[in-house]
Amino acid sequence: MFEIFMEHIAEIVAVFLFCIGFTSLLLNRNLIKKIIGFNIMDTAIYLFLTSVGYIEGRTAPILVDGITSASHYINPIPSGLVLTGIVVSVSVSALMLSLTIRLYRKYHTLNIDQITLLMKGEDE
Amino acid sequence: MHMQFVQNVPFFSIMVCMVSGIVSSMLPGRVAKWITVAASALVAAMNGFLVSFFAQGNSSYVYLMGHFPAPWGNEIRAGMLEAVLAVCFALIMLFSILGGMKKMTEQVDKNKTHLVCVMLDLVLAAMMSMIYTNDLFTAYVFIEIMTLASCALIMSRQNGRTMVSAMRYMIMSLLGSGLTLLAITLIYNITGHLLMENIKETLGVMYASGEYTTPITVIIGLFFAGLGLKSALYPFHTWLPDAYGYSTPSASAALSSIVSKAYIILLIKIMYRVIGVNIVMANNALKLAFVFGVIGMIMGSVNAIGSHDLRRMIAFSSVAQIGYIYAGLGLGVQAGYVAAVYHMIMHAFAKSALFISASALSDASGNSKRFSDLRGAGFREKVAGVCFCVSAMSLVGVPVLGGFISKLFLSDAAITHGGITMWVMLIVLAVSTLLNVLYLMKTIITLYRPAREGFCAPEVKRSRLADFAMCGFIVLNVLVGLLAEPLMQAIRLGLVMFD
Repeated sequence: MFEIFMEHIAEIVAVFLFCIGFTSLLLNRNLIKKIIGFNIMDTAIYLFLTSVGYIEGRTAPILVDGITSASHYINPIPSGLVLTGIVVSVSVSALMLSLTIRLYRKYHTLNIDQITLLMKGEDE
Repeated sequence: MHMQFVQNVPFFSIMVCMVSGIVSSMLPGRVAKWITVAASALVAAMNGFLVSFFAQGNSSYVYLMGHFPAPWGNEIRAGMLEAVLAVCFALIMLFSILGGMKKMTEQVDKNKTHLVCVMLDLVLAAMMSMIYTNDLFTAYVFIEIMTLASCALIMSRQNGRTMVSAMRYMIMSLLGSGLTLLAITLIYNITGHLLMENIKETLGVMYASGEYTTPITVIIGLFFAGLGLKSALYPFHTWLPDAYGYSTPSASAALSSIVSKAYIILLIKIMYRVIGVNIVMANNALKLAFVFGVIGMIMGSVNAIGSHDLRRMIAFSSVAQIGYIYAGLGLGVQAGYVAAVYHMIMHAFAKSALFISASALSDASGNSKRFSDLRGAGFREKVAGVCFCVSAMSLVGVPVLGGFISKLFLSDAAITHGGITMWVMLIVLAVSTLLNVLYLMKTIITLYRPAREGFCAPEVKRSRLADFAMCGFIVLNVLVGLLAEPLMQAIRLGLVMFD
């Protein structure tokens, strides 16, 4: 049991982090904390992906010593996916933050429930 | 294999939208609008050729991006279903922009009109990529592009409501993308592939040997939850009424008919081409989709009846229609999938037509969306009135029109399934149709009642373009009903080609 746990420690941590990020994005009322939650959630997936691609004792697939055998290197595809994912989450964070700034300027609060109340009050 | 020129169409469709987006970002708004219109018309025409290519009996094909063969390269795949969907959604985009063009000029900041066009281009590009891609991670990237572009579209008309709903939309959407990305990661983890065919092959072998049954269930559940969240399945729809109800009409039409459907198309593709429909059908996660779909069918309509604002009512009706689609998928029989795809196309035509005509009707009523002011609007705006009636009747399910046929096929699929699910589906279909009649027919009657006494209709400068677009929508909505049989054939053939 303990061995399985140790063998998959990165995946287990990743799933925990994912749950933390997911719940704070869903349940936290503060917009900034929501964005932080989103970043934790995405980072957890990147941790998961990199741990899938990493093979103990091997190096990044960059030819320096002239070794062409694949058994010397790790799987580079998950790293590539993580890079793409990071680009996506950076742009999403930027958009979320700019939206938050807009909302804060208009309603002077970061609490989404209060913002919704204020918005409904505006119409009447 | 010798490539025919027409086989480049999927790649061209994506690139035309992308290039049009880039070019539009550098041009003034009035030019950018026409470039976007031209791009979607071109995409529709090109995909029309592709449909005829498949109708001649050609089989589906794989297009290598960058000339690396599987399992390394990135691929596009085209078949009958993909081509038909591409034509339908490009046409919807075309008419939505034409129909909302005047409003876009009025409601959007002059210096930002071209940016709205960029977003519309990106939405269409993402749609085309999701329809055609054969690679799961590419699909994920375009999911995010779609999310960002549609968030910007919601905000195209800036006021408190659109900003808050854009925020809510982003939150829900990001939760959905997170779950989808996790599912893709898990799939990569157990199969080591990202191309759909390779995954399916590996998963099939695993499933047959009884390995990884729990991870496969988790993956199916995550995909359903993630893409369901993103397409506004019932309990996750809170952002939707404000987002659709208050942004500019072109954006509302594109959001309701294209964005929410893209995720469903992707889900169907994943079920057929990634996991394998037999594995999905045997899985209990599907029952949850059915339950949520059925609840959505009722609750969406109940909310629509309770809303006092025309466009919010139409938006809530979307929630109900998305419920229909998920219920059809959740039945777990082949006929249910065919019905769900048909319903998706029918609803996309009807909903965009409703949004465009509703904006013309409320314009003719002093820019009011309240029902009391809308009395007699059908006489003041004749084309919009007819367009609204035809699409509303199609949604209700008046015979000959699309809604009737999709409801017929949904109940047919339910009967094939049998058991308690059949009864639930049939009863909910009946109740939901009744509710549809309540609010849509009420609106139609309101539109053709004599105006309130003392109500003086404002002079509106008529827009020929909008009239043309609405005529286009009327034709599309009638055709989707009249040509139901060939369309169904194409969908069946397309789904068979998926395997």
